[in-house]
Parts: sequence; structure tokens; C-alpha cells
Amino acid sequence: MSIIDKPEVTGRGLPIKAIPVRHPGRWVAVAVLMVFAAMIVNSFITNPKWRWDTFSQYVFTRIIFEGLWKTVWITAASMVIGIVLGIILAVMRMSPNPVVKTVAWLYIWFFRGTPVLVQLVFWAFLAQLYRYISLGIPFGPQFIYFDVNELIPVIVAAVLALGLNEAAYMAEIVRSGIMSVGKGQTEAAEALGMRSNKVMRRIVLPQAMRIIVPPTGNEVISMLKTTSLLAFVAVTELFTTAQNIYNSNYQQIPLLVVASAWYLVVTTILSVGQFYLERHFGRGVAGSRQQRAKRRIATMGPA
Amino acid sequence: MTEIPGMTSMTPFNDGTQAGTLVGSLAPVPMVLAEAVHKSFGHLEVLKGIDMTVMPGQVSVLLGPSGSGKTTFLRCINHLEKINGGRLSVDGVLVGYRQRGDKLYELGDKAVAERRQHIGMVFQSFNLFPHMTAIGNIMEAQIQVLHRSKAVAREKGMALLEQVGLSDRATYYPSQLSGGQQQRVAIARALAMDPKLMLFDEPTSALDPEMVGEVLDAMRNLADAGMTMVVVTHEIGFAREVADTLVFMDAGQVVETGIPRDVIANPQHRRTQDFLSKVL
Repeated sequence: MSIIDKPEVTGRGLPIKAIPVRHPGRWVAVAVLMVFAAMIVNSFITNPKWRWDTFSQYVFTRIIFEGLWKTVWITAASMVIGIVLGIILAVMRMSPNPVVKTVAWLYIWFFRGTPVLVQLVFWAFLAQLYRYISLGIPFGPQFIYFDVNELIPVIVAAVLALGLNEAAYMAEIVRSGIMSVGKGQTEAAEALGMRSNKVMRRIVLPQAMRIIVPPTGNEVISMLKTTSLLAFVAVTELFTTAQNIYNSNYQQIPLLVVASAWYLVVTTILSVGQFYLERHFGRGVAGSRQQRAKRRIATMGPA
Repeated sequence: MTEIPGMTSMTPFNDGTQAGTLVGSLAPVPMVLAEAVHKSFGHLEVLKGIDMTVMPGQVSVLLGPSGSGKTTFLRCINHLEKINGGRLSVDGVLVGYRQRGDKLYELGDKAVAERRQHIGMVFQSFNLFPHMTAIGNIMEAQIQVLHRSKAVAREKGMALLEQVGLSDRATYYPSQLSGGQQQRVAIARALAMDPKLMLFDEPTSALDPEMVGEVLDAMRNLADAGMTMVVVTHEIGFAREVADTLVFMDAGQVVETGIPRDVIANPQHRRTQDFLSKVL
């Protein structure tokens, strides 16, 4: 090392060539985790009781796909009910009308306060409570007459139960999203002559979505797995199907792995969808993707 | 503060409009007429009987220390706040109420919204819609409230952006614009509704000093074009050069009203003198 070298390293305007900070801890962590991973993989391969032959025998079978399909559409249908009703309940809870507000509060109180499994079984056995439903004048003539068992098959009861329960949770998520939008936004829209329902739909909700989407993604994934409770009311979704198979061949673990694998696949797809949704509703927010792109263009020359 | 040479050219314009209204056979209806307006938040009385008249084409500046009720009064004019007493009308129509016989009826959401669309408002914190571009902000209420077609709304919006010197920023989101640019978009957004009255609530208070001028220029152009304006501001220079009337408020009351130059140069009331000695 000579004295002449020094000005070259720290010279004015020279690009910095420095040795980065070392992170030895990371390498230790990687080594430890690799050992654990190897142990797990080793047991997967060497322990014959995992029965990978049974797994591969069932993982792509028609009956499993039918169960998976049922799981997916029950999840979708209950979430649609949950989200739509949740938005309505959230708006009701924030309404200046005290009756509407109380109704929403009572709904959320009841459906959050009782176990979803109890609600599910309750809906499935509704016919015990009301065998027939008729529409007409009380104590007078009845015009329409339903047999509840025919009107509400157990699968519809299940979707209703999950959806109505979900609505109570979604209402709170939507409400927190709405509250996150500043009062100035509502005032600016009102000052332009927009009516309150338009202010909500066009100005407040689109901004609230940024707050609403991440926890809703959680709810969808949670719902996907909650559908396994339908085993209690004998709806043959993914988990019940796996259960039915291992009840006859006694291969519980391989079939639970089959079900888990498919739950993971759907969850992964949902997470990707959530990423794009978040990007969509994040537009206009400082630091979002479009913003960085635009800044690049702006610095290149006049727009 | 020095006087701007262009200022004298304002006077003939204002005389002109007044002469114009005198030619009409009917007495002109005040754009804003406040008679003993009272407003309380709980037990706190914020407005203690405000009387004020703003004629069409006039620019009125409300001046006063913070907490004097200027902003509250301005918000009462488009019913963002409900008044508790007195009468307040815009262009001869009561704000927030309908009178039948000697009874007042509160207006519903629809009627309030209908009246508001003729009154533009510009806020201290801009309040642009962050999820829409500049042009989107200006088109939104034109489409949703006035039911204009997208093409018409866009054309109008581009013309207004041009007017405030921002036609090259149409596709930018508010977060990509400086404060001064955002406030000019907000002015364009309000103007897109073809308002007959514009309310400004401290439009330059949240701006960096070098951006105040561009917003004041846009407001000055608007005044020159004959817009009726009520402006809450601390910009004494703007009040002196652009306003027709200066209203000094303190503790929920109008303390002094007059021609801006006279009030600023020779305030009659002690509280006005105190305030002006601090800000000038």
C-alpha cells in the first residue's frame, strides 16, 4: 500500500468501490436449516408408512377432483354472499339511521358470537324447526307453499351458513376500510354535488379497497379450509371425500396428504390473484408500480 | 408590500359589472345573503350572528385570526355545516331548507346535492381523489352528477387544465403532482361543474411558498373573468389586489367590512388593527 493509492479510492466524484458488509449469521442459519430439511426429506423417502404409492394412486382421481371442485365453488359462493352482505352491513353500521345501525350491530353480534360449526349444523337441520314455509297473509290464505327440505338442500344450507357467518367478519373489514378514507374525500365529492350512495361507490369504496383486500384474501383462504367442516353435514367436498376413502381403505395419512396438497395448490393460486388485486387498487398511491414507471418517463424528458 | 401596477386595471372591470346590473330592470339578487347566521358545535358558539352580502361578480375575502369562524361560515354556504339560526341563501334560494308558508323543512340528500352542484369549493388540503388521474378527477362529477358524456367531460376537462396551465399533467395521479399543481387541478375540478359561486377555504395555506403564486394567479384569472368568489385566506396582497370586499371576522362575528384597500390601510376597529399589525 502506497500513499499514492489513497486519493484514488476516495477521489472526488469517483464511483465507490467498497467491500459490502458480511453477514456470517445468514450462512450459519442456511446450514442449520439445510440439515433439518434433509432430515425431513429423508424420513419422507425412507419411512414406507407415508405410502407414496397410495398418494399417487389417488391424487389425480376423478372422485378427488369432484370433491376439490365442490370445495372451490362452495368457497366462492360463500365468499360472494359474505362480501356483498358484508359491504351492506358495514354501510348500515355507519348509517345515521339508528334503526338500521342497530340491526347491523345485532347481526354482527349474533353471527360472530356463535361458532360457525353450530350455525352450519343449525342451517342443515332447519327443516326440523320449520318443515314448511308459506308466503301469504298471517292467519289468512297462503299463496306459496314450500317444503323446506326441498327448498334448501343441505349444500345450499351449507353455503348460506358459511356466507352469513362470513358477512359478519367482512362487515368489520369493510368498515375499517371505509374509516381509513379521510373525511375530506367525502366532503370534496359532496361539494361537487354527488349524492351519498355515489360518494360511497365511486370515491370511498375504491379507496377503501386498498385496506380491504389483504384481510379479505386471508378470509378467502380461511374459508377454503373452513369448508372442511362440511364433513359434519355430509357434503362431499375435498376433505369429506378423502375421509370417505380412508374410511374404507384405512390409509388415513396418504389421503390427508392428498387433500392437503390440493388445499395448498388452491391457496397458492389465490395468493397470486391477491397480488394482482392489491396492485390494481394501489394505483395512484405514492411508490406504486405505475408511479415508478411514470417517474422514469418524466425524468427522461417532457411528458 | 408593494402595489402591483396591474391592480388599477381591476377597478374599471368591477365598475363595469355593477353598471351592468344596474341597467337590468330588476334589482339584482345577492349571490350570497347571510342574515344573523348562528352556528354552534355542542355548547361552543362558533358563529354569533353573521350578516353578509356578496353580489354576483364580486370577490369577497374573509380575513381573521384562526378560530374566528371564517372557515365554518364558508362551509355553511354549501351546507357542509348546518346552521342553527338566522337565514342563509345562495342566489335567492335558502341553503339546506325549504320554506313553505312560515315553516322551514330540512332538505333531503337529493335536494342538498342538487344545490351544491352549482357551488364550487376548493379546500385547504386539495382533497383530490387519489385513485383517479388529474383528468379523471375533473371528469368524475361531470359524468356522475351532470350526466355529461365521457367525450364532452374530457374535452371540458382538458380545456380547464389548459386554463390552469396543466394540460401536460392530465394523466398524472395526484401523488405525482406538486401541491400547487394539485390545488390548480382542484380548481379546475370545481370549475368543470360550471358553478355560479366559488368558495375557497385557505387555498394556499398548505403550499410551499414558491407555489402560492401559481394558485393565486389562477384565482386572479377567475376573478377577472367575473366569477363570484368567497375566499378565506391570509394572503393580504391577494385581498388588496383582487377582492371587492374585505370582511374581517373575530370570535364568530363580523368586526369590519369595507373596500380592502381602505380596511388594510386604515382599519377602524381595534381588533382589525391588532390583527393587521401582526400579519403585515
